[in-house]
Amino acid sequence: MTQPLETELLAEGDLDAELPPTSGAAAIEGRSPYKLAWLRIRRDRVAMASAIVIILIALLAILAPVIAHLTGHGVDQEFHRIGENLDGSPKGPGHIFLWGTDDQGRDLLVRCAYGARVSLEAGLIATAIAVFIGTTVGLAAGYLGKIVDTLLSRTIDLVLALPYLLFAIALVAVVGPSLRIAIAVIAFFSWASVGRIIRGQVLSLREREFVEAARSLGASSTRIMFVDVLPNVLAQVVVLSSLLIPSAIVFEATLSYLGLGVPPPTPSWGNIIAGAQTYTEAWWFLVFPGVLLLMTTLAFNLLGDAIRDAFDPRGDQNFARAKKG
Amino acid sequence: MSEPAAVQREPSGEVLLELTDVVKHFPIRSGSLLRRDAGSVKAVDGVSLTVRSGETLGLVGETGCGKSTLARCITRLYDLTAGKVVFEGQDITKLSARAMRPVRSKVQMIFQDPYGSLNPRRRVGSIIGDPFAIHRIASGDDRKRRVQELMEMVGLNPEHYNRFPAEFSGGQRQRIGVARALALRPKLIVCDEPVSALDVSIQAQVINLLADLQSELGLTYIFIAHDLSVVRHVSDRVAVMYLGKVVELSPSERLYHHPRHPYTNALLSAVPVPDPDLSDSRERLILAGDVPSPTNPPTGCRFHPRCPKARPNCVEDDPSLTARLDDEPSHQTACHYPVVDGEDLTAARPQLPSSQRAEDLVATRSTEGSETS
Repeated sequence: MTQPLETELLAEGDLDAELPPTSGAAAIEGRSPYKLAWLRIRRDRVAMASAIVIILIALLAILAPVIAHLTGHGVDQEFHRIGENLDGSPKGPGHIFLWGTDDQGRDLLVRCAYGARVSLEAGLIATAIAVFIGTTVGLAAGYLGKIVDTLLSRTIDLVLALPYLLFAIALVAVVGPSLRIAIAVIAFFSWASVGRIIRGQVLSLREREFVEAARSLGASSTRIMFVDVLPNVLAQVVVLSSLLIPSAIVFEATLSYLGLGVPPPTPSWGNIIAGAQTYTEAWWFLVFPGVLLLMTTLAFNLLGDAIRDAFDPRGDQNFARAKKG
Repeated sequence: MSEPAAVQREPSGEVLLELTDVVKHFPIRSGSLLRRDAGSVKAVDGVSLTVRSGETLGLVGETGCGKSTLARCITRLYDLTAGKVVFEGQDITKLSARAMRPVRSKVQMIFQDPYGSLNPRRRVGSIIGDPFAIHRIASGDDRKRRVQELMEMVGLNPEHYNRFPAEFSGGQRQRIGVARALALRPKLIVCDEPVSALDVSIQAQVINLLADLQSELGLTYIFIAHDLSVVRHVSDRVAVMYLGKVVELSPSERLYHHPRHPYTNALLSAVPVPDPDLSDSRERLILAGDVPSPTNPPTGCRFHPRCPKARPNCVEDDPSLTARLDDEPSHQTACHYPVVDGEDLTAARPQLPSSQRAEDLVATRSTEGSETS
């Protein structure tokens, strides 16, 4: 069972193998957990397919202005004459509008491409903020303990207990909808779960002897938290982030769908889907943004799962089995 | 390395560390919302010791007798419940974290578990360089040069600077721990069972390394172990601990030839003898029962429930640690009825009311089996 693995390793160590046998030890390459995880992910077909989907959607977002230029259709440009049927309903896919038009006679492809920008932006920024806050809070609560832990943990409980939609509706009613508010709301409701998981990890790490060793050297709490403990939870953070991104994207789409996210006419997958509701006969209006949303979240989720498996120290057996089969 | 070999192996060096009645109790709390104290684990309960410059003080005892807790009290990883720790004439018992920093560079620790005491996610170079970074002594190339010097000093290949701890064997990892402890040129190194996690063949290497470093750098060691033969090999003096107290303190060779405390006798009789004939002919002193719970230690002499020589007054009076029989003052025993040379303890029978003895205590002991080591 381990046979194919070993030959594989040898093949990779070819460069070293050409050296004289005295450097035999060098052929056994030291691998950090990250390196190992990367090797496993590269061999995971689902993960690679997900990564390709994510790259394609990222390209769609990045190239949105190019698409607009090529089609000659601006994102907010309304084509009442050529883009709508006589009764004002959207036109289906054709050679002028590849993905059809929406209820205002706007090019759906261009709008979906711009919508991808909003979705990815909201997903990535909100996740980054949530992970940063969550990790810091988790480190502080887990390592410092006592009153700090009590305060932070109860705050986490409080945030997790809040009804997020109600909160979002109330906030938007006061300050008005915008992408920033949407990102802030998503980040606010996502950091707590990260914080709780990281805290649990840190609680067990702080009892390890290397933390004691650092303390006996006179290291400050801040130094121990960030230099000694943080690197040991980073893998966890990577996994959490990759699973948080799709939920943040869905969260943003939900807010936009309810009119609490990106204000029209700026397109977002959420508000395009909301607009499609009233035109049940125009399937393209719902299907294109819907499938994009589904594919993005599915790809991120599958990739996140793959990353988690890749960091699992017991994953080697599955890895070997998968290679054999 | 440049220091001349001015080794003071005789205990006439000046007092480096002085412990006075060190007590460390861990409170046991029950209930999650309304915390209430449900007693405490008396891990260390009144230990007084002095360590002189240049000597090696061995600390032996069973698991859970408080050796490691005492070590962590000396290095101030734990705050003391009571008592005093004086290092180089300075009382460090109540020093703040900031005030402790200069002291930390002089008192270092080597840990038991070479797998747990090195951060798995950091490179060896940065682990050994940590003391320099924390105390802002050296940085950049200077730090790297010093770290490589240290690696060479403890017998590691300096080229392995960029490796992770997982790429080393247990013995090599322990050398990394030694290098880290040496980085700041400490005066006192507390070795908390530095070899008990290692293979026997590797143990000797690490012990010899520690001995060489001591003579080269004029170090003082507190050497904790539960292996008596190891302690005998390295120590000038040995303190035997039982349930948070020192029961016997003596120059190393004297302790092995004239053990006074019945507990020391029992420990020594448990040391394996390499000669099978001798081993067969020898009678082992096997103690009755288990170590009592440190939450609720026995009254009087703590050893009395298991002691073959126990008498009624052992239950009431806690014997003090002083020279017994006609011993020199350097050999101190905490026992009312010290063992005379040549006495056969296997024949001794305790003269106690039966309710005080271990066999009966075992049955009545509740679930409080908390152990600290």
